[in-house]
Amino acid sequence: MSEVDYADVQGLVRFGYGRLTSASYALVRVKNVAAAKAWLRAASVTSAVEQKPPPKTALNIAFTAPGLEKLGVPESVIAGFSHEFRGGMAQESRSRQLGDVGDNAPSKWFWGGYGREPHAVIMFFGEPDQFDSFVQTTKGSSWSDAFEEMTWLGTSNLDGNEPFSFADGISQPQIDWEQQRRTPCTQLQYTNITALGEFLLGYRNEYGKFTDRPLLEPDATSTDLPSAGEAPAKKDLGRNGTYLVMRQLEQDVRKFWQFLYEQAGGNLADAAQLGAKMVGRTLAGDPLAPTQDEPIPGVDPKSAQQNQFTYESDPAGAHCPFGAHIRRANPRNTDFPEQHLSALRKLIIMLGFGPKRFYDDLTSSVRFHRILRRGREYGSELSPEEALQPGPPNESPRGLHFICLNPNISRQFEFLQNAWIMNTKFSGLTGESDPLLGNRGSLPGCPVTSAFTMPEDGGLRRRVCGLPQFITLRGGAYFFLPSLRALRYFAGAPNG
Amino acid sequence: MTPQSNFMVVAAIKPEREVELRQLLDSMNRAPGRVDPNNELIPFAEFDELHFARFVILDDKTTEDIRVYGLAPRQYPLYLAFLGDVDGDANAFLGKLIKRAGKGLVRIFSCCEGFTSETNLLAWMKQHHAPAIAAYVNWRGRTVRQIREEAALYEAVQSYIEKNAGTFEGLAPRELHEKLRSFVKAEKSGGRLMLSRENPTPIGWQIKNLLHLIGLPLLALLVSPLLVVLAPFYIIALRRLEKSDPEVCPTADQKHSEDLSKFEDHDVTNQFSAMGSLKPGLVRLLTTIGVLKTVNYGARHITRPGRLGRIRSIHFARWVFVAGTERMIFCSNYDGSVESYMDDFINKTGFGLNASFSNGIGYPRTNWLVLDGCIDERNYKEYLRRHTLPSQVWYKAYPGLTAVDLERHTRIRQGLETPSMTDDELCQWVALL
Repeated sequence: MSEVDYADVQGLVRFGYGRLTSASYALVRVKNVAAAKAWLRAASVTSAVEQKPPPKTALNIAFTAPGLEKLGVPESVIAGFSHEFRGGMAQESRSRQLGDVGDNAPSKWFWGGYGREPHAVIMFFGEPDQFDSFVQTTKGSSWSDAFEEMTWLGTSNLDGNEPFSFADGISQPQIDWEQQRRTPCTQLQYTNITALGEFLLGYRNEYGKFTDRPLLEPDATSTDLPSAGEAPAKKDLGRNGTYLVMRQLEQDVRKFWQFLYEQAGGNLADAAQLGAKMVGRTLAGDPLAPTQDEPIPGVDPKSAQQNQFTYESDPAGAHCPFGAHIRRANPRNTDFPEQHLSALRKLIIMLGFGPKRFYDDLTSSVRFHRILRRGREYGSELSPEEALQPGPPNESPRGLHFICLNPNISRQFEFLQNAWIMNTKFSGLTGESDPLLGNRGSLPGCPVTSAFTMPEDGGLRRRVCGLPQFITLRGGAYFFLPSLRALRYFAGAPNG
Repeated sequence: MTPQSNFMVVAAIKPEREVELRQLLDSMNRAPGRVDPNNELIPFAEFDELHFARFVILDDKTTEDIRVYGLAPRQYPLYLAFLGDVDGDANAFLGKLIKRAGKGLVRIFSCCEGFTSETNLLAWMKQHHAPAIAAYVNWRGRTVRQIREEAALYEAVQSYIEKNAGTFEGLAPRELHEKLRSFVKAEKSGGRLMLSRENPTPIGWQIKNLLHLIGLPLLALLVSPLLVVLAPFYIIALRRLEKSDPEVCPTADQKHSEDLSKFEDHDVTNQFSAMGSLKPGLVRLLTTIGVLKTVNYGARHITRPGRLGRIRSIHFARWVFVAGTERMIFCSNYDGSVESYMDDFINKTGFGLNASFSNGIGYPRTNWLVLDGCIDERNYKEYLRRHTLPSQVWYKAYPGLTAVDLERHTRIRQGLETPSMTDDELCQWVALL
């Protein structure tokens, strides 16, 4: 098993650059191919090599399918990328799957919709005092010849909270960089350690297999590329790269807190409790589901209070509702609905004679659906108290530039968004989607999707109805975050 | 109990009428993938016993794959399939269908070979019947009528609870159960709710079912000495094939994949039709028949209501030989996106999937019939996508409801019709509300 060449991986895969609190994403279209390629060749893209002291700035770059086409990457090479990446996020059938309808529809996006796809996203990170000069120097003199700026997505540092004031980014999968993980046929215990191939192309995934990516016949242009793990005669354009999903999620902070406050009968503490039920964590980030004493592989004991839990301790959802955001996004389950199984019991369950209660075994095994989140907030901070006041006219928006990394968009991001977040039938529920992200749109036969249900132990559930849409999608695209060698391949590709 | 049955008419399309046929089928939709349930040709919604129906043009683009065995591909005619799942006897349904929608059917089927103005429609449809070798029904005996009545019950109970949320919160499950029971009783006697009793199970069906139940094991017992003798030879032959059968899993054409997507995700349920050729040779054919007969037996007599193995998202499914024994089609109606369907397939019933699909040309390599195969996720997904056909017309009688919804409704009703339950049962029942 080959070691990961960190020098070939873009830094964003390994680091969130938390210390670099300033960040900005330039969405660009290629104006002049030759100039763009020259700029890309000269750009000093930050790798995943650990540096001491840590760098004060970082630069990472990803491309859309039209972007690669524009750079002159041959059609036969682009055909090796995934269906989702080539089709793009804004396709109509994809919008239905992702819940990008109504106010979330691509036709209403600020960027990324039909005819407004960026070619690339160029991500700048830096310490605040160095940031502006870093951006200026990096752009250099040829920037404006090379690119047409569509928009700059600015970010803000909310000290680890998302705009609704809940602590964010608490749970991330632990990447198995050393490739020690033997991907088992069945995983009977929840683990937070996830195969490297679930985050980087060119390595084995949770099925023990390689995910599709362009494998090229060796020729003059591809000599620099690594060989493919499963086909050593081929050159691997995907290895050490991954897909980057970007979605601009505008959060209506006032609407959120005002709704909670009203539901709580004008009591802010109760409003915060209801909010916690929706998120699945308190404002401070503590999970509602009880934590356990037994360590979980891949969960740092230091963060035990916030991450050492599964929903085994809360099977009825009385603490953390089934529909809570973090329970939808990561159900923390295993391949089987029971732990510690004998071979016979496994067979019995496989044949359909296992647990027979209504809510048993309704959710897919999570290890095939993890993502690495790398997003950043934008807009100014607004506390829950402040959010109860009416906003000034033309208030600047707040939200999250959601970014996630995954080599299999359809099995990872899209599955998560479709089957878990937006699904009005998640885990035996009906008439509700994610309490935070739901679009509240009606479906044929399901006129209402705006409820939120909180099961109670030994009694009738509590249900909040008429949740408005708190979060609106303002733009989005699928990018390919290449390895540094693949980046050089693109930058040096023909027609340059 | 009213058992469900199914029908499938398969007929070759007259090449010169294909364009017209496609237009006719499109005219039944409001948009691709969204049927008009009251369309002029076949107003599906008028048939109270019809669960699902679809028209699929069996445009199998993978017939060339047989070249990997050094065999020349056969030229098959392009077939049209019309299939559905109904309550009660399928022939009785077809009679009713012809009575109401005969004109529409004639317009559609006159685009097929052997259909003239003199043709007797019912006789022709029966003559072109393609029986399923294996079929699955999510909940045998649950009729469309029951589904609709139970959905109305659920809605009524929900709005009653919303109106009385203040009083009901914190109520002990037993009291809540009592209150809801008397509410439903009042609604029923007031004629605002209808919960029909089950019809008696047809005697003929019961006898046939019993014969099937004991017949197949009996037959297996009878031939078991022979099977024991043949087993080693069979296993050696199968293992040899498994090691040498080529995989054919190229990336599905982007346009084909996108065209399929246009017909998907308009409802919480989707249709699925996948077609392909069987691997050549007697071993594979017999394996297919053996596996599917077993699947059929298990689905009919052994599975729990609402579950096919661990899968709870399939309403109806069937495997059918298409015109001979060279090609097969698998058709199902499942909840969620195709990606989550694949996920269920691979991670929950990979063994069954391998056993039933691995006899198709090009399927990812299996071992011992049930191992590996679809675990090769990439090859498996491309394989299936490439073999998937769009359903030109697809009808579902209860939009917005998943199989799990139907199970919830049935369980709520069963609870309401049970005067006394244990504390644990009551807690579980209240959690359904």
